[in-house]
Amino acid sequence: MTIMSLSKALNEGMRQAMEDDPKVLIMGEDVGKLGGVFRVTDGLQKDFGEDRVIDTPLAESGIIGTAIGLALRGYRPVCEIQFDGFVFPAADQIITQLAKMPMRSLGAIKLPVVVRIPCGGGIGAVEHHSESPEAYFTHTAGLRVVACSNPADAYTMIQQAIRSDDPVIFFEPKRRYWEKADIDTDSTEWWPPLHAAKVVRPGTDATLLAYGPMVKTCLEAATAAEDDGRSLEVIDLRSLNPLDEPLVLESARRTGRVVVVHEAPVNNGFGAELAARITEQCFYHLESPVLRAGGFSTPYPPSKLEEHYLPDLDRVLDAVDRAFGY
Amino acid sequence: MTSPLERHPYGEHAIVLPPKSQTTHDAADIDREIRLLMYRRLHEIRQFEKRAYDMFMQNLVKGTTHLSLGMEAVAAGFGATMREDDYTFATYRGHAHTLARGVPMEGILAELLGRSNGLLGGKGGSMHLTSVEHGMMGSYAIIGAHLTIANGAAWSAQYRGSGQVAVCFFGDGTTNIGAFHEALNYAAVFSLPVVFVCENNLYMEYTAISDITAVPRPAADRAGAYGLQPVVVDGNDADACYLAARDALEHARSGRGPVLIEALTYRHGGHSRADPGKYKPPGELEAWLAHDPLKIYRGRLERIGVPSSALDEIESQVGQAVDAATEAAKNGPLPEQALAYTDVWADGGHSWRN
Repeated sequence: MTIMSLSKALNEGMRQAMEDDPKVLIMGEDVGKLGGVFRVTDGLQKDFGEDRVIDTPLAESGIIGTAIGLALRGYRPVCEIQFDGFVFPAADQIITQLAKMPMRSLGAIKLPVVVRIPCGGGIGAVEHHSESPEAYFTHTAGLRVVACSNPADAYTMIQQAIRSDDPVIFFEPKRRYWEKADIDTDSTEWWPPLHAAKVVRPGTDATLLAYGPMVKTCLEAATAAEDDGRSLEVIDLRSLNPLDEPLVLESARRTGRVVVVHEAPVNNGFGAELAARITEQCFYHLESPVLRAGGFSTPYPPSKLEEHYLPDLDRVLDAVDRAFGY
Repeated sequence: MTSPLERHPYGEHAIVLPPKSQTTHDAADIDREIRLLMYRRLHEIRQFEKRAYDMFMQNLVKGTTHLSLGMEAVAAGFGATMREDDYTFATYRGHAHTLARGVPMEGILAELLGRSNGLLGGKGGSMHLTSVEHGMMGSYAIIGAHLTIANGAAWSAQYRGSGQVAVCFFGDGTTNIGAFHEALNYAAVFSLPVVFVCENNLYMEYTAISDITAVPRPAADRAGAYGLQPVVVDGNDADACYLAARDALEHARSGRGPVLIEALTYRHGGHSRADPGKYKPPGELEAWLAHDPLKIYRGRLERIGVPSSALDEIESQVGQAVDAATEAAKNGPLPEQALAYTDVWADGGHSWRN
């Protein structure tokens, strides 16, 4: 067992993947000598060399395009997008090529590319540095979209993402980079599959669905709800595409109330897809509509207003109250 | 200070004339066998593209097509000097480059028709021709995307020390998109074995490239910004393309980094099937037809002593091959509807296992 922060867990996971497979490469802006702006790749270039940990030009489209070309010939590039908002210049390559080349080549081409994206707010950064762009990618067939919420998952999920033959968009909750946990690095027996969601707190009265940075917020909300005599189940989705639908639907049918929580704007967010699927498949089990708590339909605000924007314990509990009001 | 574009009256462009000489490369050091192969390739591409056009008009080709009629020499010249394991990256105007790598005609034509016997089972279509086994690493229909992808493939060759080169073809319009500049910088910084070939056919889709580009030579005039030599070749002369390709491939293969070539050529037709090309100034097409790649090459081969009958024989053989491919393509079965759901994921499916 080793105590590690979430960022260190990612670092160790990548290190392990690089040791296991010489075809694994790390590339991105400032990932080598600096070790990344969040130091997630710290020390990897020193240990694996400049050929395997590549400081690229500041050109996201070029990073992903180059990674696609390397993956075409058997490499497994892990690309760091420095901040969430910087993924948009690369969106062209991700959406039009990375997601679609395997299908249009009749499966002759496989693209095991991982795109790591530090996401979400809460660190006093601003627009382009605090965003939650997951729904753009879950809308695109052919991309696995996953989000880790804690150090142990970060450690296992990054290794599984690198081993996946599908392209993976890998969201990292930047405000949780410094959270620590004890991780069993000696065994892989405890690893859940990459696509599996996890009940992180069992409950009976309502289900909170979250991923990435909001899992911790939801756990805090569940603890606070105990005082009101409510038992909330918290599910960490971990994988948005594919979605672990059976686990989500089972919980929804059992508790009868579901609140989806994400930092991204509620409008057209991933919660809308969850609400639709749950409503369609659990309609007669529901005591209330599936509700959503999330960011506002505004651009990400300046840092002084960030606290007002981000879903917090109160916003989650308000939504839970509304669910019980039906 | 005036910007270069201010000197361009937008939308009014002069006729761009082809090079004057057609005999420049008569005495070039190129084996006769290779020249005959290029002659065959020129005709394969010409006759294939004409057939594709006819079949489109017969409503047999669905979607769209972007033809290389008039631009055959670039593909023929490069294809004849690339190593079997080199990589080709092409655009949506990629039939010619696929043929030039020796991909069988039947599979390409059937792919245009969306049939099961197509190169990609009917799933890729005209714009996405790919045959990894022939080194044809894909046709890409988003402008500029594949320049950076070619870099990645070139990088893999550099890692392996295999001596392979990635050759990436693109149009003049590509030179104004960011990915072009990102890719050139990457390739130069990391000394990648990649040859970028701009097929400057004078038109970005429906607009003259000179009207919307700050420099007269859209690719070559940008080379200096990346520490590369500006190279312009007559893209209608297969020998000129062959010689430029030979030098460029040798340069890239020997670890001296990327090369950027601008091949000046002309698109006889419009941008895609639906475009009659009315924006072309009067007289331009005629001037370029007089500098047609097939006409130039037949003249050259006759001057160096290849009998007309041998050339006629090649043309006739190609005609028969195109006819046979047409029949095979037309007789191919249409794909099952289930094909729409395959290969979204690496396990071959579109839904998840759970």
